[in-house]
Amino acid sequence: MGETPKPNRTRTLRVGNLARVEGEGALYVRVKGRQVEEVRLEIFEPPRFFEAFLRGRSFTEVPDITARICGICPVAYQMSSCQALEAALGVQVEGPLKALRRLLYCGEWIESHTLHIYFLHLPDFLGYPDAVRLAQDQPQRVQEALALKKTGSELMTLLGGREIHPINVKVGGFYRVPRKAELLALRDRLERAREIAQRTVRFVGSLDFPDFAPDYTFVSLRQEGEYPILGGRLVSNRGLDIAVAEFEQYFHEEHVAHSNALHATLKGQPYLVGPLARYNLNHDQLPASVQAVAREAGLGSVCRNPFQSIVVRAVETLYACEEALHLIDAYEEPDPPSVPVTPRAGAGAGCSEAPRGILYHRYRMDEQGLIAEAKIVPPTSQNQKMIEEDLRQFVAANLELSRPELTLRCEQTIRNYDPCISCATHFLRLDIEHEP
Amino acid sequence: MSLRVFALGNPYRQDDGVGPWVARRLRKAGLEVFEATDDLTRLVEGLAGADEAWVVEAVVSGRPAGTLHVMEVGPEPLPAVFERLSSHSFSLAEALELARTLGSLPPRTVIYGIEGRQFGLGEALSPEVRQAAEEVVQAILSRTGHPGNTLVTSACQHEE
Repeated sequence: MGETPKPNRTRTLRVGNLARVEGEGALYVRVKGRQVEEVRLEIFEPPRFFEAFLRGRSFTEVPDITARICGICPVAYQMSSCQALEAALGVQVEGPLKALRRLLYCGEWIESHTLHIYFLHLPDFLGYPDAVRLAQDQPQRVQEALALKKTGSELMTLLGGREIHPINVKVGGFYRVPRKAELLALRDRLERAREIAQRTVRFVGSLDFPDFAPDYTFVSLRQEGEYPILGGRLVSNRGLDIAVAEFEQYFHEEHVAHSNALHATLKGQPYLVGPLARYNLNHDQLPASVQAVAREAGLGSVCRNPFQSIVVRAVETLYACEEALHLIDAYEEPDPPSVPVTPRAGAGAGCSEAPRGILYHRYRMDEQGLIAEAKIVPPTSQNQKMIEEDLRQFVAANLELSRPELTLRCEQTIRNYDPCISCATHFLRLDIEHEP
Repeated sequence: MSLRVFALGNPYRQDDGVGPWVARRLRKAGLEVFEATDDLTRLVEGLAGADEAWVVEAVVSGRPAGTLHVMEVGPEPLPAVFERLSSHSFSLAEALELARTLGSLPPRTVIYGIEGRQFGLGEALSPEVRQAAEEVVQAILSRTGHPGNTLVTSACQHEE
């Protein structure tokens, strides 16, 4: 407890039972003297099994099945899979249908970011054990968060067909598209959501952040004229600029002994995807109004502190509200609700910006449209190496912290990423073992 | 009186899919069911305004597969074991406590926890889990006045 580590003394931090059915993980850190000798974020279950599960299924089933990989970001899985399959089928989805997809995705960003900000991440900063205690002290704030989140959920319900696991998305477009009046009916709530999102940015901008700013390699999509959600080219702050179809020439996945999730690297090096990467590579694509609110909250055009990702998420939530309003106002009802698709043999890749970062899908199918091969690279496996690197650097720089403080900071360091393993506020159990 | 049924779980995760399995059966009988998987703050939203809520969820407590745990939520937080029942990022116990804190926990909330055995990838329920799920379906249908497949009368007798 707050003891100064002695030279040659080994401290082992074991963080076990990141357990849940859809993803299990654990953390192990070994420190000898002042050296962090080993850091392992162990993820027991990746969506790798879904890749096998999809083989032999019709391409038409893929969006609904992949949506079940994650109950928090089903739209991301649907969009990346649709785009990959459409590339294989030689189909382009443009105009109002593409705009509707972006609107649906805005709903998911609002929902997912709000969940993470208020219910998973904020308790760390305010010293609450969980969101329930936060709600006891600040019910108004939590009610507002639920209202904000619900607006995203209403967008998803309208466009996706039901409140969870949208069933209205298909390769080529939608089964049914909304009437303009149905979208306009959401306008007032989106206006209110935008106000709550603005207050959220200001509030989380006022939190205290540890002084920590690694020199990351950021990777995100980028497309001139819009903040990246549905597509674009893959870019980095170190000169990468490639088409999505080239992903596997640059990004490689490797097995590591301690994790079932493959570790992805960019030319052998760890990299970071997610809100921080998107923000840093696309700050100029944000509307001036959103940039101004970000600036007031203390964010410049570059932010390298992963603890401030909570502010960036809030900024992106505000952007998603604004973008949704813009898309609703510009909406013209398309006819028909999808473009025709005919099965054929082929392969294609797709990538979109899930709330947690780029989500890459590639499929190969036979002439009947049955899936022969599926590859899914989720944000969490891309960030896994970076999370370990953050923990290594953070623990090394903060060896003097008391055990409870180090525990909290390790938890926060992982939650900065909102990884798609158990991200509950109680998921870390930390034991520090002293060995003579 | 407003009674709502909530089914939690993932239909592609074997016994974790017991909630969605029950939901499908209840929908066929004409009942509205609210489904959720990872994000149980949706449950908090859904509970608001209900007089009575029934929640169906897979459970892992070490008891034999198919064991039915039925618990009515009382004035105290759920016992610690219920923290482990949920597979989700925001647990069922936390979601119910959040609803209570915000004043939206229905006056009566009943949890049907069905002990699961396997949680790998796949759509099939274990036979014991399926049998328990069938019992839950019948219990909910009889409570809500939906008799399920019981033939009450022939449709043609209503024709004039």
